[in-house]
Amino acid sequence: MAQSAKNTSPALNFKTSYAPAPESVSAASIKEQYQLFINGKFEKPLSKKYFATINPATEQKIATVAEAGIADVDKAVKAARNAFNGVWGKMPAKERAKYIFRMARMIQERAREFAIIESLDGGKPIRESRDIDVPLAANHFFYYAGWADKLNYASPNRNPLPLGVAGQIIPWNFPLLMAAWKIAPALACGNTVVLKPAETTPLTALKLAELIQDCDLPAGVVNIITGAGATGAALVNHPDIDKIAFTGSTEVGKIIQRATAATHKKLTLELGGKAANIIFEDAPIDQAVEGIINGIYFNQGHVCCAGSRLFVQESVYKEVLQKLKDRIATLIVGNPLDKNTDIGAINSKQQLQTIQKYIAIGKKEGAEMFESSCDLPGKGYFCRPTLFTNVAQSSRIAQEEIFGPVLAIQTFRTDDEVIEKANNTPYGLSAGVWTNKGSRIFNITTRLRAGVVWANTYNKFDPVSPFGGYKESGFGREGGLHGLSAYLK
Amino acid sequence: MSAVTAFLPDFRNTPQIDHVGVEERAARFTKRSIKAETKVNGLKLALNMIDLTTLEGKDTDGKVKQLCYKAMHLHDAYPGLPTVAAICVYPSMVAVAKKALEGSGIKVASVATAFPSGQSSRDVKIRDTKFAVQQGADEIDMVISRGKFLQGEYNFVYDEIVAVKEACGTARLKVILETGELVTYDNVRRASEIAMYAGADFIKTSTGKIQPAATMPVTLVMLEAIRDFYYKTGKKIAMKPAGGISKAKAALHYLVMVQETLGNDWLNNKWFRFGASSLANDVLMQLEKERTGVYQAANYFSID
Repeated sequence: MAQSAKNTSPALNFKTSYAPAPESVSAASIKEQYQLFINGKFEKPLSKKYFATINPATEQKIATVAEAGIADVDKAVKAARNAFNGVWGKMPAKERAKYIFRMARMIQERAREFAIIESLDGGKPIRESRDIDVPLAANHFFYYAGWADKLNYASPNRNPLPLGVAGQIIPWNFPLLMAAWKIAPALACGNTVVLKPAETTPLTALKLAELIQDCDLPAGVVNIITGAGATGAALVNHPDIDKIAFTGSTEVGKIIQRATAATHKKLTLELGGKAANIIFEDAPIDQAVEGIINGIYFNQGHVCCAGSRLFVQESVYKEVLQKLKDRIATLIVGNPLDKNTDIGAINSKQQLQTIQKYIAIGKKEGAEMFESSCDLPGKGYFCRPTLFTNVAQSSRIAQEEIFGPVLAIQTFRTDDEVIEKANNTPYGLSAGVWTNKGSRIFNITTRLRAGVVWANTYNKFDPVSPFGGYKESGFGREGGLHGLSAYLK
Repeated sequence: MSAVTAFLPDFRNTPQIDHVGVEERAARFTKRSIKAETKVNGLKLALNMIDLTTLEGKDTDGKVKQLCYKAMHLHDAYPGLPTVAAICVYPSMVAVAKKALEGSGIKVASVATAFPSGQSSRDVKIRDTKFAVQQGADEIDMVISRGKFLQGEYNFVYDEIVAVKEACGTARLKVILETGELVTYDNVRRASEIAMYAGADFIKTSTGKIQPAATMPVTLVMLEAIRDFYYKTGKKIAMKPAGGISKAKAALHYLVMVQETLGNDWLNNKWFRFGASSLANDVLMQLEKERTGVYQAANYFSID
């Protein structure tokens, strides 16, 4: 047969839809109302105030949660102090380890429930909460349980001592995982804890409180109090806190640093980022494209180390962009509880508005926008995976942290140029380098001013690997051997 | 039809493959949860993409005839099932299969070119191919000279494919890379390009005689090569993973991979095939489970 009309420009059609495959919510038990977890018991707040936590995919209320006032914070800190002086600080390290191991195992046992609630409350796809957040959280407890009786080996020729009471404030992007990052090393080092989860995502931390109760951890060793900024401020300003560990925005981080300046309080901050993900022409292109996707669209882009600035060497720019657009066309945005969902709901209305504001800024700045053509659910806070090309280094979308599924793409010609551009940011949390050349990996990674640099991969986490930033991305390291020193004298 | 280009592809433009990354990507396809009507449609599509294969020294006319009947009547208890795409046999069995399948629309594919090792002279390979075509083969599954490829003699491999393609006439040519012998993904990618530029209609992973045969990462590397070739030339190349795919669930994962790498246009048996002998019955078993709600014992499905 003669060939029919000549195929003009090759294009691929990825439009598809799968039958729904939702994880069942009934496998998780959620109470209508949650109290503060203080001294091993769930207690009604002295403030008498409650707030609602919303499912961002449906905009419906899931539960109401107690709001801790100054008196509640004080009560929690006192409970932690008593537990430190009375039990935990004196307990032999290997006994401490047993409790932490028990917590790790129980997280694994309840993994499905944690995953469901994490997706319900925070909007992240069940694929991620099931395969990444929850297993990693359990691994953190396992890892630091192992350190508890080996602290002398971690800091040779010193006698490592716990700090006392640690106040910990965590963000809404990885609620359970951040709780694990904070609690596990603190307990392993012999500290007691007052933890405040974010106000939009308190539920998995409260489920963790139930787990802590069930594993018979001595009362007051871990206290979990819910609330918003005011609660956090009360915790930071409490005079009997020995250590503040904060993960969140740079803006709040600066306030905390001012508040703790000239006090005895030790401080670690893990703040924002605007990471450069750099694709060289000799990179494994198809895998790099996958790395770009994992870098910016993982967890709806709500990742402080997200690869939100993409630098592509000009000689492969067209190819990378084409492949990136094709890959975006296959991403499924929708119900976070559906096992096929790649990108879930934006965490809150407020965050969605922030993202939309930046998208508008990007357009106004003259950058060219491309977004997935996928359908969005009628209700809930959703945002299509979006990218901008023709972005200038001076554009706000290339300078400021958006914390959403929005990628700013720039091109470069030489190694020096890209290093200069990549480092030209107030942040310095993470970066990615893609090249098949080993020597180039070493050269580039040593010149990037970022705490975490991935080579030929992106957004990989492990309890053994320290994590933390340079510059306005904060200081102190979490994870690994380094993570211990934040909780030891 | 003649080859697309007269020369070897320019390997400087061939992307490198990072094996960690490609294996992670391949694993991600298996995370798709295929349920309800999507599953039934996928399973029927998979059946329709099977090249039902028997490649044994002990094959006889009788065995091939039985297999042909099975190809046309996969499971008559389930009304409205599609047939498989093709029967794949040795050249000596082509005439038998052709006759048995007459009027069914099912293609006859024949392996050729001193299958499975390819260790013979070019002349023998061409005659082998021509014999299969004369016997009535609609499709020819050739093997590349892996030894020459590993020696770096890409021109030899390329020329050989061009020559076999010419001997095929109108029969569609499947080029078997035997990825289990090429070992690295970079080699697989390179061999895929040589085959496509030399005029292959299909690229195919394996003979089924070497382990490992088809794997998801290897197939992904080849699908990506097909996509890049399509973008460069506008010409579509078909894909056939063969050997080692025996479960319905795995077949669905492959279909997801094809969909997300090449799009919907490749989701039919002109552009995608499974080379398999035992896949069909597992697919049938799953289809019956979806239809009746219960699993049936293997004995309820004819073996060939």
